[in-house]
Parts: sequence; structure tokens; C-alpha cells
Amino acid sequence: MKDEEIRKEYERWNEKTEETLKKFPERGEFKTTWGEEVKRLYTPMDVGDYSQIGFPAEYPFTRGVQSTMYRGKLWTMRQYAGFGTAEESNKRYKYLLEQGQSGLSVAFDLPTQIGYDSDDPHSLGEVGKVGVAIDSLEDMETLFEGIPLGKVSTSMTINSTAAVLLAMYLTVGEKQGFSRDTLRGTIQNDILKEYIARGTYIFPPQPSMRIITNIFEFCSKEMPLWNTISISGYHIREAGADAVQEVAFTLADGIEYVRAAVNAGLDPNVFGKRLSFFFAAHNDFLEEIAKFRAARRMWAKLMKEKFGVTNPSAMRLKFHTQTSGSTLTAQQPDNNIIRVTIQALAAVLGGTQSLHTNSRDEALALPTEESVRIALRTQQIIAYESGVPKTVDPLAGSYYIESLTDSIERRAFEYIDKIEDLGGMVKAIESGYVQQEISNRAYEYQKEVENGKQIVVGVNKFTIEEEPPKSILKVNDQVEQEQIEKLKKLKEKRDNEKVKKALTALENAARTDDNIMYPIIEAVKVYATLGEISNVLRDVFGEYKESITI
Amino acid sequence: MIKVMIAKPGLDGHDRGAKVIARALRDAGMEVIYTGIRQTPEQIAQAAVDEDVDVLGLSILSGAHMKLVPKVLDLLKEKGANIPVFVGGIIPEEDAEKLKEMGVVEVYGPGTSTEKVAEQVKNFVEHSHA
Repeated sequence: MKDEEIRKEYERWNEKTEETLKKFPERGEFKTTWGEEVKRLYTPMDVGDYSQIGFPAEYPFTRGVQSTMYRGKLWTMRQYAGFGTAEESNKRYKYLLEQGQSGLSVAFDLPTQIGYDSDDPHSLGEVGKVGVAIDSLEDMETLFEGIPLGKVSTSMTINSTAAVLLAMYLTVGEKQGFSRDTLRGTIQNDILKEYIARGTYIFPPQPSMRIITNIFEFCSKEMPLWNTISISGYHIREAGADAVQEVAFTLADGIEYVRAAVNAGLDPNVFGKRLSFFFAAHNDFLEEIAKFRAARRMWAKLMKEKFGVTNPSAMRLKFHTQTSGSTLTAQQPDNNIIRVTIQALAAVLGGTQSLHTNSRDEALALPTEESVRIALRTQQIIAYESGVPKTVDPLAGSYYIESLTDSIERRAFEYIDKIEDLGGMVKAIESGYVQQEISNRAYEYQKEVENGKQIVVGVNKFTIEEEPPKSILKVNDQVEQEQIEKLKKLKEKRDNEKVKKALTALENAARTDDNIMYPIIEAVKVYATLGEISNVLRDVFGEYKESITI
Repeated sequence: MIKVMIAKPGLDGHDRGAKVIARALRDAGMEVIYTGIRQTPEQIAQAAVDEDVDVLGLSILSGAHMKLVPKVLDLLKEKGANIPVFVGGIIPEEDAEKLKEMGVVEVYGPGTSTEKVAEQVKNFVEHSHA
């Protein structure tokens, strides 16, 4: 059918349907999660030029970053885990690897993420809670005991202290006999989203950006297989952003990092290959699939047009996905398994490179081993039973999916332009603009749930009386005390003169333009603690004060 | 007008719930002070006293509630402040019971409606003044 014929036929069909509506009205209004009207029917008229869709592994990468996608290799199944002591987390990692997980993902506790030792007063109550407590190289050695670091890829959710944890990781790897240039993995290292949404910042934006470019530079020379940043929309989304905001703010963060690295003299054709992304997968299945496709196309365009990148592999947006913790309910928690399945399927149909599936009990506590296994099995069922990995980008050409992809791209670029007009992401964060936009959406969503416009099964509809769940994981309360004891012993047995010298060398490097990765590695090797290293940098760089918005 | 403080003790950065509640209470006609993240129990207790708030809400999702909440309660007592304290976050039932025994007036988990919180906060204040 030609375009003109389709249009005529569509009009004919529409008139007929309007008649039907008089007798059988629709259930209500239908909108995307960002408030755009969803049409009753999409047709070829809603799909743009095929050049915008293209072919996998080719510009603009709408259809994926690899030419064979999951026909070649399935996505990496990577469950984020870690709690309590290094010993306990080491056991969980070994269990997950035995269960068929293909990569590690380390969760650190908040003191580790914010640069406090376990015996710091700020750490009270937080040690070992949301992840594993790491105070020194000694803990890191225990964490990976019996896991050959040259054979696994490890993702570490670490940001303001990423340089220290990376230094510890490569040191453990080298002690195991693997040279640093063979190690594979990712550090999150995305400080901008910490100011926006996640909150584990230490220093103000400028020195934070400097540390990040130091890491980029170090890795481009010494760890060519390491992904130096995971530019994360996940936390922005979980804080309340909608799908368009998630893409827009994440890519705007990406622009800021690329700009900082280019200003530091790095070549985006080279370091562009080591950038990776991290998105959330929420419940609105088709929107989410379109979101991943739009993000890929937008990033390729940005790298090519804004930064003049010519190497196609430096334009590829590779990403990790996690299903959405904020959509999980404490009520009827087993329903969460179904939510996670829908979300995980969207991530796979969107072409994710790796995936974490949340556990059903996460709105209650840390997940139990059984819940984690079901979450991993969800991915395995999608991979081996659902059939969706048989062909590349199977939903391409769906009129609705392509139209959504175009719409997300258009709207997200409008946001990015706005942020660029404000002077870039650092300025937009300092003014509180981004945080306010997200808070507004979060509040609107809450209102929609409370007035029943947005139904959450088991929460505001289909509710039942239920007993609080019995089987939830509790972190051993002794962790804090054990870590404090270990620290005390460590400080007695290490060579404190060497530690002092190493910390002074770090301070001197931090005060000049030197790359601080090298003195951090030296400090780590002589068992300077994470808190000691962070405090040196606090003295030099100062601390960030939140711009409070509600 | 009821004056309420919403605070985030400890290192937890999950502030979506705290901000949503702060805004909902403001929309319900209260004067709301939101402290921002990463406040120590000392900072919170002192600010609550200095600001002379009628009620204090603590938001914690990191699992540190059994250490941080009692600390805030003790500090308020030390300062002779009789301010009702409610808690929101990921708090297992067993812990919620213990916190209530210690004097917390209510513990809110995921899925709680903000209208309900606003209504109950008004009650807490009436009771504490009674």
C-alpha cells in the first residue's frame, strides 16, 4: 500500500471506529508515563525514515551494538550483591557463580562508598548494611579469595571512592598473578548522578570531575579492558524521573564527562569505547524497549556530531540494566516476581549487555538466597525458554515502538538542549534544576497512586489482609564490631611509617595536576585505609553541600 | 500551624520518600523543614529543638534504623524535648515493633499513602500537646 492509500484507509477506519465508540466507549485516557497522549492505533504513517532505524552494529545503532546480539552471546547475568563482611560476600559470590551467573557485581556498604572507615562516627549503624564493608586492601583480598580475577568480569558500584577501590582491585588481581591490563570489569564512577539522585558524593563537582578524568587517563594507559565509567540513569529513574528524563539526564551527564575528558587532552575516539551506561527497566513494557533504542541512537549522534568522533565503536552505547526496585511492593511480595519478569524482558528486547533482576523481597529487606535464585532463574528462563534472543531487535518496525523511540529521542534532546543552555550538567545540578524536575515527577506519581489514576496491584487495588513475611534476611549485627577490631589489628601490624609517606605523596599529587591514581595505588599497597586516603582528599578538595529541594 | 521536620539520619541517600512526604505534609497545610541527607543524630536532635518543631519524621532505607533511631530518641530526651517521632523506610516488622516500644509513634513502610501520614501526624501533635 502506498502512503496515500494508507492515510485514506486509516481515515475510513477511524470514522467507523468513532461510531463504535458511541456504543462502546473506551476505559479512559491513555498516556505515556511522561504524559504524552497514546493513540488508539499506530500505522506506517507514524514511522520515520528507515535510516533512523538502520542495522545492528552500525550507526545510529538503534537496533543494537552487536551485529548478532544474543545469537552470538547472551547478555551477562549479573546480580548486584554484597553485605556484611568480606567473608560473607565472598560466599554469596561463589554461590552465584555456581548457579550460572556470568559476572560479579559488588555492592559496598555506605561508609565504603562515602570514604569512611568502619570505626568512623559517621559509620554508626551503616557498616555492612547495604553492601560489604571494605576498610583496607586486607578486606578486598578476603572478598575475592578463591575467585580468579583474571577469569571473571567484575562490576563495582562505587563512585566518589572509585579510585581507591579500583586501586585495591588491581592490586588483588596482581597478587593473584594477573597483570592489570588483563582485568575486565566496570567501576560506576558516575559522580554527577550522585549529586542528582543517589547521594554518595564527597567532594564538590570540580575536583570530582578531575578525579574521574584521572581515572580515565590511567585506565587508557594501564587497564585497556576496564570500563571506566557506568553513566547511570538507574538512580535518576528510581528517584522518580520518567523515561524521557532518565534518558535526557543520563546522556547530559555523559556529555559532561566526555567534555571533561576532552579538555584534559584525551581522545574521545579512544576513551569513548570504554564508556558504558546503566539504565532502569520499569513496568511500562513497550515504552521501556523504545527507551533503550532511543538512548542508543541519541548517544551515537551526540558522539558523532557534538564531539566529532569518527570511530564507530566509540559511538556505541553499551549498557547494563537493572529492574526497578521502586516498583516493587511490600504488599503481596510474590507479585514482584511478575513485575521483574516484565521489566527484564523489556531490557532484553531493548538490547541490554548485562542484567540484574531484583528479588521479590527487596521492598522488605535485603533478599534471601532463595529470592536471589528466583531472580536469576527469571533471566535464565527468558534466555533459554522464551525464544526472544533468537533474532536481533525483534520489535523493530513495530509502528508503536518506532514512534515511541522517535518521541523519546525528540523530548530527551529538548531537555538536553535546556541543560546545555543552563551551562551544562554541573551548573544544572548546582542550581537544583535537575533535582527539582525529578522531585516534581515523583510527587505527581505519588498523587496519581493515591487518587487511583495509577493502579498498583496489591497496594491501591486488589489488596488483601496479610501477615508480615517471616523469612527475610538480617545482616549480622556483629559486623561493625568485627570491622573495628580488624582495623585496630591492621594498624598495629602494618608499617605506619610507609603509610604516612604514601599519604603525604598522595596529598602532594592532589595539590598539583598529577594523576592521583598512582599515589593511591601506592597507599593501598601499604595498607593505608579507605578512610585515611579519603580524608587526605577531603582536606585538599573540601566537601560538597547538598542544594536542598523538595 | 503544625511545624514538622523531615530528616535523613545516617549515610543513606534515598531521599525520594522523604521529599514526597515533606511535600505532602506541606500541601496538607503544615510548615515543613527538610534537612537533606546525611545528618548525624546530634544534628537532627539539635535542629529539632532549635526549630521548636511539633513533630519529627525520620527516613531510613539503609538498614541502620536500629542504631540511629534510638540515638535520636535519646538525644531528644537528654535535651528535654518532648517531640513525637515517626519513622519511614524499609523497616522489618520486628524492628518496627521494637522502635514503637522505644517511643516511636508510628513506622511507615512502602506503599503508605501520604494522606494517611498527614492525618496521623496531626493526631500525634494533638496527643503530645494534650
